[in-house]
Amino acid sequence: MLMASSNHRAARLDAPRLVQHPPLLRATGLTKRYGGRLAVDNVSLEVYPGEVLGVVGESGSGKSTLLRMLNLEEQPDAGTYTLHLDGIAGQDLFALDRFDRRQVQIQRIGVVYQNPHLGLRMRFTSSGNVAERLLIAGERSFETLRAAARESLSASEFPLDRMDDPPRVLSGGMQQRVQLAKALAMKPALLLLDEPTTGLDVSIQATVLDTLKRLQREREMTIVLVSHDLGVIRTLSDRVMVMRYGQVVEAGLTDQILDDPQHPYTQQLVHAKL
Amino acid sequence: MPLLHVDQLTKQFDIHHLQREIGVFYNLSFTLEAGQFLLVTGVNGAGKSSLLRCLYRTYVPTGGHAWYASQHGRVDLATAADVDIALLRQAEIGFVTQFLRPRPRVSALELVMEPLLDAGVDWDAAQAEAESWLDSLNLKREVWGAYPTTFSGGEQQKVNLARALIAPRRLILLDEPTASLDRLARESLVERLTVLKESGVAMIGVFHHPEDIRHLVDGEILLTSAVMNGVA
Amino acid sequence: MTLRELTTPQQDYSYGYLDTYAKRELRRRTLKAIAIPGYQVPYASRELPIARGWGTGGLQVTLALVGPESVVKVIDQGADDSVNAANLRRFITRMSGCGTTTDTLQATLLQSRHRIPEEVMQEGQALILQVPDPEPLRAVQPDISKAAGMHADADYGQMWLGLYEQLVRFKQYVQGASYPSLVNGRYVISPSPIPRWDTPKLHQAPSLTLLSAGREKRLYAVPPYTEVRPLEFSDIPFQVEDQRGWVCKTTGAENKFMNELPQADGTAQYELSDSGYAEKLANEVAPGATYFDDQGRFYVDGFLKPPRRPA
Repeated sequence: MLMASSNHRAARLDAPRLVQHPPLLRATGLTKRYGGRLAVDNVSLEVYPGEVLGVVGESGSGKSTLLRMLNLEEQPDAGTYTLHLDGIAGQDLFALDRFDRRQVQIQRIGVVYQNPHLGLRMRFTSSGNVAERLLIAGERSFETLRAAARESLSASEFPLDRMDDPPRVLSGGMQQRVQLAKALAMKPALLLLDEPTTGLDVSIQATVLDTLKRLQREREMTIVLVSHDLGVIRTLSDRVMVMRYGQVVEAGLTDQILDDPQHPYTQQLVHAKL
Repeated sequence: MPLLHVDQLTKQFDIHHLQREIGVFYNLSFTLEAGQFLLVTGVNGAGKSSLLRCLYRTYVPTGGHAWYASQHGRVDLATAADVDIALLRQAEIGFVTQFLRPRPRVSALELVMEPLLDAGVDWDAAQAEAESWLDSLNLKREVWGAYPTTFSGGEQQKVNLARALIAPRRLILLDEPTASLDRLARESLVERLTVLKESGVAMIGVFHHPEDIRHLVDGEILLTSAVMNGVA
Repeated sequence: MTLRELTTPQQDYSYGYLDTYAKRELRRRTLKAIAIPGYQVPYASRELPIARGWGTGGLQVTLALVGPESVVKVIDQGADDSVNAANLRRFITRMSGCGTTTDTLQATLLQSRHRIPEEVMQEGQALILQVPDPEPLRAVQPDISKAAGMHADADYGQMWLGLYEQLVRFKQYVQGASYPSLVNGRYVISPSPIPRWDTPKLHQAPSLTLLSAGREKRLYAVPPYTEVRPLEFSDIPFQVEDQRGWVCKTTGAENKFMNELPQADGTAQYELSDSGYAEKLANEVAPGATYFDDQGRFYVDGFLKPPRRPA
């Protein structure tokens, strides 16, 4: 019954007619099973260049697993995933061998995790954390690495006089900025954000969100943002996908999902929050 | 071909936890040409704002069509793909609400510049245009660099108007734009709207003081309360 | 004719101490290591009458290769006369009947801990280094199977990151020994803790180098005439230890690797680390060509670049 209503709504919308260019990200039928549990169940999504897609849902809804698959950290049990970019357009990224997959992951995709321990080497310098991506990509000039680290860190509004401090001595907000700078270092086409501001003080959260917003505009980045915080979603995303039990229950424009949710679950989620 | 042809448009809300459907309006039809100004009238609760939101797709229409002749072809706003709607919002259709959602740490001026920056206008040109708008709406120059979170309702409304109207549009939806404005600001807003209308921009508006814009109005859409009426 | 004469005389040990199967395995692993320069080949490390960590890796390779005609030199930190080197040498000769020498150029098998001799080793000679930890990725990836995956992917970004960190913090490469080096353009090795001074000596060496870790049960090789490049940023060249002005107190030699002998008054005296080379100088025997000449120039022209420090 629930699924019927959401399917009904999804099927009612036309295919894109005005937007002619292909989506940057296209994933179809993503499915991931952990033992007997379906973490992600036949999820498909498309994200267009320069667009921010929000993914909301409670913990356990499968949104983080979905993001890990999009970051090529995790292989799905079924599904395909393409990025419309020079050199890899049309290529199912899950079908790549480990080496090529890693190249795509490093050169084309940036990621910011909720927990900075997942994304950063806490005892190395902050600039080193940023430079690592370039090192892996084969950059061998120390001066170039320094310049690139400086550029990325200042783009994420990190104070440059602390660029050689290790993340473990930095505040949570600063750690997220280092993660962001690291994610931006290779100027990726796709940025994945997994609860990037959860756990930060509200005022710090606001400034980090501002930085993200500004970067998104300046660099025309395509972003998939996972969050359970509807405020964060409203601030950053153009469109929203609502997940529950590994399935997409509803998708739509952000203001539409928040102001006129169709699915019972989304209504409950939105009304509980606002 | 009219710019907008609304055909049998219907909106009702399904409130699942109440297991209720609340009707707003049923089978509404009208057309709008470029450069026309339609005033939406009706008693409170008749669904005036809901109509505008349905056309902007903040609300999903329950039935009917809203054919819009965009620069890239004709689409039904009721069923167009989300990305198409997003494109139209960026390039063709503007919405002026009563409420501003200011973001902390973004100055009033930057907030107004944003739609232009999003559309690819360079920083200096966007700044000049934003300053001209804030100036004509009588927002005090000394608060341009401040964060609108701290502004009064009237000041926020001015920022909001400037932000909503700054980028070139073909269709503008106005939801009580003058509600909390002082007389001076109302006058300069009407002046701006007149200029826009003359340049061919179509508008649909809900106004708290319709007398302000009476001279601009080409027609009215009268909404009678669906609940009172039953099904039309 | 007695029964005793007809039977094979009872021996306490196989020739070269290790049994035939152990030697066969070691030789096969060694061949594989030579075939894939820099790749760490696992082997079954046998029990020996010395404790693991005292050179059992090098000793097993030596015992697998040694024959009665071999001439063996064993050094420990460059010295032939240290207790450990003397013990190993005596054990090897007793088990194999081979000859011994302190002259680098006379040795067919040269087992060493932590040094490569100063004189250029020649074709036909084998240098066997004792290795405590063969895995360059150990510090960055404690999980062995993940580290193996990183080697397979040539994923050495973290090794480079380590050097980046050194330059940021100390304005120079500070890794003293086991300086990470790329072998044949493919595998990064952590050459047995030889000082940076010795690392370039592996590059295009005419001799064979075998590196074996008994406790870690892995061995790898640098075959003759193989590219070995220390990791270095294009704008900050790798450098060996700066020992300019250090003069050997007994031989007066310069520009060779020195041991520093701290004096009671806070100063230091220096002495050649390579005792075989020092012995030749003391006895006025003309030594062979050395990797670093008396002006400190390295024998492969252009391999070591002039120093530069990050701004």
